[in-house]
Amino acid sequence: MEEKYGTVKVKRGLAEMLKGGVIMDVTTVEQAKIAEAAGAVAVMALERIPADIRKEGGVARMADPKLVKDIMNAVSIPVMAKVRIGHFAEAQILEAIGIDFIDESEVLTPADEVHHINKWNFKVPFVCGARNLGEALRRIAEGAAMIRTKGEPGTGNIVEAVRHMRIVMDEIRKVQNMAEEELYVEAKELRVPFDLLKEVKELGRLPVVNFAAGGIATPADASLMMQLGADGIFVGSGIFKSSNPKKRAEAIVAATTYYDDPKILAKISEDLGEEMPGIDIRDLTDKDKMQLRSE
Amino acid sequence: MKIGVLALQGAVSEHIDMLKRAGAEAFPVRKKEEIEKIDGLIVPGGESTTMGRLIKAFELEETIRKRFSEGMPIYGTCAGMILLSSEIEGFDQFKFGFIHLTIVRNAFGRQVDSKEIDLTVKGFDTPFHAIFIRAPVGKNPGANVKVLSEVPEGIVFARENNVLVSAFHPELGTDLRVHQYFLDMVRKFLTNKEVL
Repeated sequence: MEEKYGTVKVKRGLAEMLKGGVIMDVTTVEQAKIAEAAGAVAVMALERIPADIRKEGGVARMADPKLVKDIMNAVSIPVMAKVRIGHFAEAQILEAIGIDFIDESEVLTPADEVHHINKWNFKVPFVCGARNLGEALRRIAEGAAMIRTKGEPGTGNIVEAVRHMRIVMDEIRKVQNMAEEELYVEAKELRVPFDLLKEVKELGRLPVVNFAAGGIATPADASLMMQLGADGIFVGSGIFKSSNPKKRAEAIVAATTYYDDPKILAKISEDLGEEMPGIDIRDLTDKDKMQLRSE
Repeated sequence: MKIGVLALQGAVSEHIDMLKRAGAEAFPVRKKEEIEKIDGLIVPGGESTTMGRLIKAFELEETIRKRFSEGMPIYGTCAGMILLSSEIEGFDQFKFGFIHLTIVRNAFGRQVDSKEIDLTVKGFDTPFHAIFIRAPVGKNPGANVKVLSEVPEGIVFARENNVLVSAFHPELGTDLRVHQYFLDMVRKFLTNKEVL
């Protein structure tokens, strides 16, 4: 019986199993258990949530492997963790402890300003952020098994995630309407491999799942992103920076499933307590924007 | 034949594509009224704890139980297999108990242990290329459980009357035989209109 590990099918397959679900940022074992009980499909283990990284500043790195392992032992759902962009040694460490998914993330301070990790070298699947089709396809060309919008993490403001999702969807529609000979120039302009662009034209979507991330704080935010075409939702600071994390987490999970049913959304949006305080994007300078940390 | 794919979370569109390729009418279902109108149900892969919570929160349990007792065929893949089982080792989580099987969750290990295998299946002439993702296995099958495929870790494909379960994901491949097997069950249910 021949067995093959770490294949494209197996990596992209796990991402497909997460569709229609919510992946929640957690910083402790206790939060991970709350997230699992509330219906999260996976948790993202990290030392500081984006809102605190933004506030405290300094260099943000991969979490302590001990914390990640403790969280892996505490829940039965997949556990993800973040590495700095280009920091393949951090990724090797996380793979060695048996992490289920790695987020090569602009939320952490980049380790390489030119190169991303060659993700084909790993058995573990990667998710990467993208603001447009070009970024998404470059990450997929490097081996990413899942894409998410970058949004603007830790702001509780959905505007950037909406912008990025709309841009990707709009560019996919544009590619679908192109003649095949036009794809050669388009591939050159987007700086992506021709074959990947052709695949997008044929599929009418990215060849991997595409989640929404960055600024999601309410059930309505989750519904909005799903209606714009997201396959699922990441919630970073939005849950554990709110006044009633359990109830809000359950509500965002339900909203991601029943995203197109306003009556259900109205019911689950009731009485959730205080949301995380948000930030107006216009108050951020380019230096503050995590989304600009890679392309 | 109208097949509903339980669309609370997970790999829903992949099953719908396969069912359509196999010649059935297929669509997502997430409400009681929708589950009332179908001839067969697929509970897809995803996270069993997430789906279990939503089945309870949105009161779908009773309708699915009623349709099961009417003999409607139900097929669960991976997380779906866990939800349809009678026992889950080490976890106190929601389950229907439609197939007498004890589930060992994540029986192969974590994601790095996920794999593709050519599987020998009872009744199939050639091996079935199976994709396992953080997959469970079954053990201690009840007297009426027909084991259709097994690996060293345990049972990965089985049937008890109108319930079919697989630990692997035929919806991620191109081979239609598992979906055709399920559609045959649905066809028989529609012609006989009695519990299989």
